[in-house]
Amino acid sequence: MKYKGRFGDYGGFYVPEVLIPVLEELEEAFYRFYEDEQFVAELAQLSKNYAGRPSSLYYAKRFSEHVGFKVYLKREDLLHGGAHKVNNTLGQGLLAKYMGKAKLIAETGAGQHGLATAMIGALFGMETKIFMGVTDIERQSINVHKMKLCGAEVVPIEGGTGTLKDAINDALRYWTAHVTDTFYLFGSACGPHPYPTVVKHFQTCIGKETRQQCLEQIGRLPDIVVACVGGGSNAIGIFSGFIDDKNVRLIGVEAGGRSLSSGKHAATLVAGRVGILHGAKAYLLQDKEGQIHDTESVSAGLDYPAVGPEHCLLKDTGRAEYVAAEDEDVLDAFGLLSKTEGILPALEPSHALAFLCSQKGKLDAEQIVVVNLSGRGDKDVGIVEKRRPLEN
Amino acid sequence: MKTYKQVFSELGEQKRAALIPFFVIGDPDFDTSLAIVKTAIDAGADVLELGIPFSDPIADGPTIQKADIRAMRSGMTVRKGLEFIRKVKNYKDIPIGLLMYYNLVYQYGTEQFFTDFHQAGANSVLVADLSIDDADEIVEPAVSAGLDTVFMVTPNTGPERMKLIASRTTGFIYTVSVLGVTGIREKLSDMIGGLVGKLKKLTGVPICVGFGISKAEHAATVASAGADGVIIGSKIVGLIESNLGNREKMLAEISTFLSEVKSTISPCTN
Ligand SMILES: Cc1ncc(COP(=O)(O)O)c(C=O)c1O
Repeated sequence: MKYKGRFGDYGGFYVPEVLIPVLEELEEAFYRFYEDEQFVAELAQLSKNYAGRPSSLYYAKRFSEHVGFKVYLKREDLLHGGAHKVNNTLGQGLLAKYMGKAKLIAETGAGQHGLATAMIGALFGMETKIFMGVTDIERQSINVHKMKLCGAEVVPIEGGTGTLKDAINDALRYWTAHVTDTFYLFGSACGPHPYPTVVKHFQTCIGKETRQQCLEQIGRLPDIVVACVGGGSNAIGIFSGFIDDKNVRLIGVEAGGRSLSSGKHAATLVAGRVGILHGAKAYLLQDKEGQIHDTESVSAGLDYPAVGPEHCLLKDTGRAEYVAAEDEDVLDAFGLLSKTEGILPALEPSHALAFLCSQKGKLDAEQIVVVNLSGRGDKDVGIVEKRRPLEN
Repeated sequence: MKTYKQVFSELGEQKRAALIPFFVIGDPDFDTSLAIVKTAIDAGADVLELGIPFSDPIADGPTIQKADIRAMRSGMTVRKGLEFIRKVKNYKDIPIGLLMYYNLVYQYGTEQFFTDFHQAGANSVLVADLSIDDADEIVEPAVSAGLDTVFMVTPNTGPERMKLIASRTTGFIYTVSVLGVTGIREKLSDMIGGLVGKLKKLTGVPICVGFGISKAEHAATVASAGADGVIIGSKIVGLIESNLGNREKMLAEISTFLSEVKSTISPCTN
């Protein structure tokens, strides 16, 4: 490997020997193509015409009135597929194409990354397999159906709690046996090097656009940028645009699940301890001896016991702050944005919105907060219906 | 304490390959697991590979994943692993290689882990998800604790890397016979002869082959390809799984299978 893939002491590539040559191949290809003129042009064209970039920055006036400060939404929910995930799958998919790989595999939790990979598999005519835990298959069934319509095979994973962690385990195992012809299109800015770097690169468009849109539309930078954190890709994408603007607070919101004290959550940075999982050193939810905990969250996309290495470093240096939002508050926030703006947010970014609701009365009226609205909530309507039945 | 060096040189003189069964410690429970390991020793095991169960064993196929789950459900912990190894060593002085996932070692404290497990009787610790690139994190503490080092070579490891791996290995090279995770396989990988040959030319460090060796004839082929040891995991772990209700039959089948393998790999035919 050419680089160590470290963020401070975090990250690295802690994988079995058999995976090293493919990670090396990926690293080599990434650095060969990511600034290549033709690659950049092709990705820009697809981002615009296929995915719908740039996404808009929208001033949510009625939601703002409700919380008492100015809230802008970065509308990644408007992209093709309904989430920021397409930024990454277009980038990595194109990389796979340039590398001459014919097959794609991916893990998925909420099904958004699985769907975004299935779309790109169809777009490039690549055979696509999506690994998904059985719990997630059940709670995100609309996305499962969409993936299949795009021609992907969805492989149900029984292990563990049938969530994202288990899907990654099996995707890694499958990749181990199919390293020669298969590209593993990893879904978040975590896992072994070079994925945290690769995924971040393809998500930096969020931050670049947002910063420029703030300057154009508001005439100044925001005071706070907020994003939900699962593996950390949408958050690092938007944070990257403001990392050098020291006066802009960066806040990542993790899944508080039932509650932090119940132990049933996925708030890795808030409540975890450093260890090694899925190829990287990072904060993890684990027991005393290092067995990985089962996590719980109303949102499948945040239901993961590890987190991207760069967020670990940002936490330690204090450049970003990390908090948790609990399921009930998340469902409230989902309802509030739907009612005040007619925008149904995915349950993942509803965590970021829940944090805003918690700041009501704490931030003054002129404060400007940008939220990365990483995805739309269509996939979650069933869950919300069950948890919060409508009164007739 | 018997060392790898002693075992491999004795076997070398007899032109025999080492029989190396793998088990998950505590599968299906502590006492049965100990009885299984003793049975394997009685059936002629020359070296033992023992794993402490981990919640997310990414290098393992379904058979060993299930063993990990059985062991953890029965209350297996890292600390009980120490006690287990002590008990095995009391039964017979046989080299023991531990097979670990890094997080368990890291949480224990790498240096302390190596020191304590060496004291308990382990000869080496192979960390499945730590490659030679990060060897610095474990070689120094392993050596100062008195342990040998074991690293993996896979069919896609390049020649320069093989040399690097050999140069940092003092115990044996764990040669993975397939591109894939652990598991029972019908056929032996055709990559194995070439791989063992290449390694033999590069290094004098013993070469043991594992992953997918599921029949006595597989073991015989591996031994005649020049391997110094044959590691058998999923096949015998599968015998635990298929006989969970019947301990006598479980022990008998493991004993029969290992004895059969033992007779086909000794004497080594080349
Ligand atoms: C809409 C949406 N936002 C956020 C996430 C969390 O992932 P990440 O932290 O990588 O952005 C997901 C994951 O599935 C998602 O679907």
